[in-house]
Amino acid sequence: MNSVLRGILSTQFVYSILRVSTPLIFATLGALLSDVSGVINIALEGMMLMSAFWGVMVSAWTGSAWMGLLAGVVSSILLALALAYFHLNLKTDLILAGIALNIFSSGFTVSLLFMISGDKGSSASVKSYVLPRLNIPFLGKIPILGDMINNHHVLTYLAFLSVFLVQYLIYKTPLGLKMKAVGENPDAAQSVGVSVIRVKYIALILSGLMAGLGGAFLSMGYVSWFARDMTNGRGFIGLAAQALGGHSAIGGMLGALLFGFAEALSYTLQAIQLPSEITNMLPFIFTIVALIIYARSRLSKLHALR
Amino acid sequence: MNLKRKLLLLETFRTLVTIVIALLIGYIILFFSTDEPLNAFKWFLVGPVSKTRRFVEFLNQTTPLIFTGLAVSIVFQAEIFNIGAEGQMFMGAVGATFAALHFPSVPFLHPILVMIFAMFVGGLWASVPAVMKAKWRASELVSSLMMNYIAFFLGLYIVNYYMRDLRAGYLVSYKYPKTAWLPKLIHIRYNLHIGIAIALGFAILTWFFLYRTKYGYEIRMTGFNRGFAIFSGIKVENVEMYSQIISGMIAGLAGSIEMMGLYRRFVWQVSPGYGFDGIIVALLARNNPLGVIPAALLVGYMRTGAYIMGRLSGVAPEIVKMLQSMIILLITAEAFLGFMRRKIIEKEAMRMESGGA
Repeated sequence: MNSVLRGILSTQFVYSILRVSTPLIFATLGALLSDVSGVINIALEGMMLMSAFWGVMVSAWTGSAWMGLLAGVVSSILLALALAYFHLNLKTDLILAGIALNIFSSGFTVSLLFMISGDKGSSASVKSYVLPRLNIPFLGKIPILGDMINNHHVLTYLAFLSVFLVQYLIYKTPLGLKMKAVGENPDAAQSVGVSVIRVKYIALILSGLMAGLGGAFLSMGYVSWFARDMTNGRGFIGLAAQALGGHSAIGGMLGALLFGFAEALSYTLQAIQLPSEITNMLPFIFTIVALIIYARSRLSKLHALR
Repeated sequence: MNLKRKLLLLETFRTLVTIVIALLIGYIILFFSTDEPLNAFKWFLVGPVSKTRRFVEFLNQTTPLIFTGLAVSIVFQAEIFNIGAEGQMFMGAVGATFAALHFPSVPFLHPILVMIFAMFVGGLWASVPAVMKAKWRASELVSSLMMNYIAFFLGLYIVNYYMRDLRAGYLVSYKYPKTAWLPKLIHIRYNLHIGIAIALGFAILTWFFLYRTKYGYEIRMTGFNRGFAIFSGIKVENVEMYSQIISGMIAGLAGSIEMMGLYRRFVWQVSPGYGFDGIIVALLARNNPLGVIPAALLVGYMRTGAYIMGRLSGVAPEIVKMLQSMIILLITAEAFLGFMRRKIIEKEAMRMESGGA
């Protein structure tokens, strides 16, 4: 027990929370951007998976991690466009279209992985590249805090930066205002000349961008390879974190950090020989408990209003 | 021909067009992924009927899909997005393993007890999102997805630490006693177990439940128009809860039948995907329990065809997932061939007008 406490109270632990939270924050922002406009993007999971796959493959072909990142993000945005087209133009049910795209991504990546590397499990045999970590001298000089926040992956910094960018976008720009208007009352928005379909398209593209960044982090930072279904529910956890944070990017970030804490804790607990099956459950149990607490408090607030 | 029958015909046509498009896309994918696309495609299309053994494999693949298709149909009829059938089935299989190994080995009674216990576990698993929804209005979508992951890890933990057969070289449970094996349906060399008969029975039972009982009526009413259901005195919170729990019980049952009939021990290392394929089955069947039977046969055929293709031509069978996703997308796309629907309705309206005047 002592070693667990020592593990949690170390700077290393905070560092690892920030690290494992990175894809969750991106997923949460992706969920937020679409939810604000009234679209539940359940395909985040598939978009992240697609991006993780193309990130590895293109970085291996071009020899450049940045090209990999670009390809990953583009593939994720393409999936977002597909979701938008099916939902907005062909009137497919949103949730089912999302599920379909998740199934598609899973099948697509495994089939292609098998074709390219002859292995269905992971891309270990493909020589791919990872994005760099950033050593920021003045951050490193801060005592204690420096160890926690310096030397992170470039996308980790981008994730936290994106939180504020997204918050700014939603609350301080005309586009954000339109997105909120479309989300809250599409008919009213349409009646004042806002193109609902266009705004939802933009929202889904931005959502795909975020998912793409989160997916690329998984295969080009978190680890340096692609593994079958490696997103492992992170897109769904992003949806849950967004539900906790409401329409606030900062609230969503706190939710993502909470689940990141659970994930980091699970690795610490694995170190003291707790079965991995048990520790792997932690983030998901955390999510269920958090959803219950959130739903209860929201319900009592509703009752208080009456 | 009246309007209703015309629209039904159109829906059937739309489904067929969807399947043809999905197959075309499948061929295109094969074209790019192998040197012998025609050969691979041939195995995919006729593989399941090319040998008795493969045909039996196809029927056994269909069995769990009927159950999960029914499970998903029930919640979808109530307009509930509980997509936790995957985890409920997994936990059902784990529960079945416990029951098979620990319940008294009385012939005939043993498998029935195992099934009941698996249904209990599946229902229990589904009750978590169900209660969360009923009591606190928490979205069942995310919670049921989370429960899938918890089921997977918890199930593996239980099997690995309490029921693992260490003599087997890989992670499996002890072999079930013979009394917990499902009998064969017919006497042939291959193991065509009675699961498919139970599944067909459940399809009829579920149809009767949904269309001929008060509870089924309440489920359909709640899904059809929630506000109206509340207005007419239906306790929709209760309906939404029990529809999920019944659905979970059927998914749990599927897990027990899979284990007792096919493997006779717990063997899953990855989640088998029947719960998610159940969504496709339910969509193809338009949530009608009797429609689930042909739908499950179709999806089971595609699955088996893909496996056979994988074994004989070296193409990853996972490509079938891409076809399945196309089927979901096109079948639920209201605007896909929507102009035909409009035309039929317009014609009917014109006819009625001229007839009425």
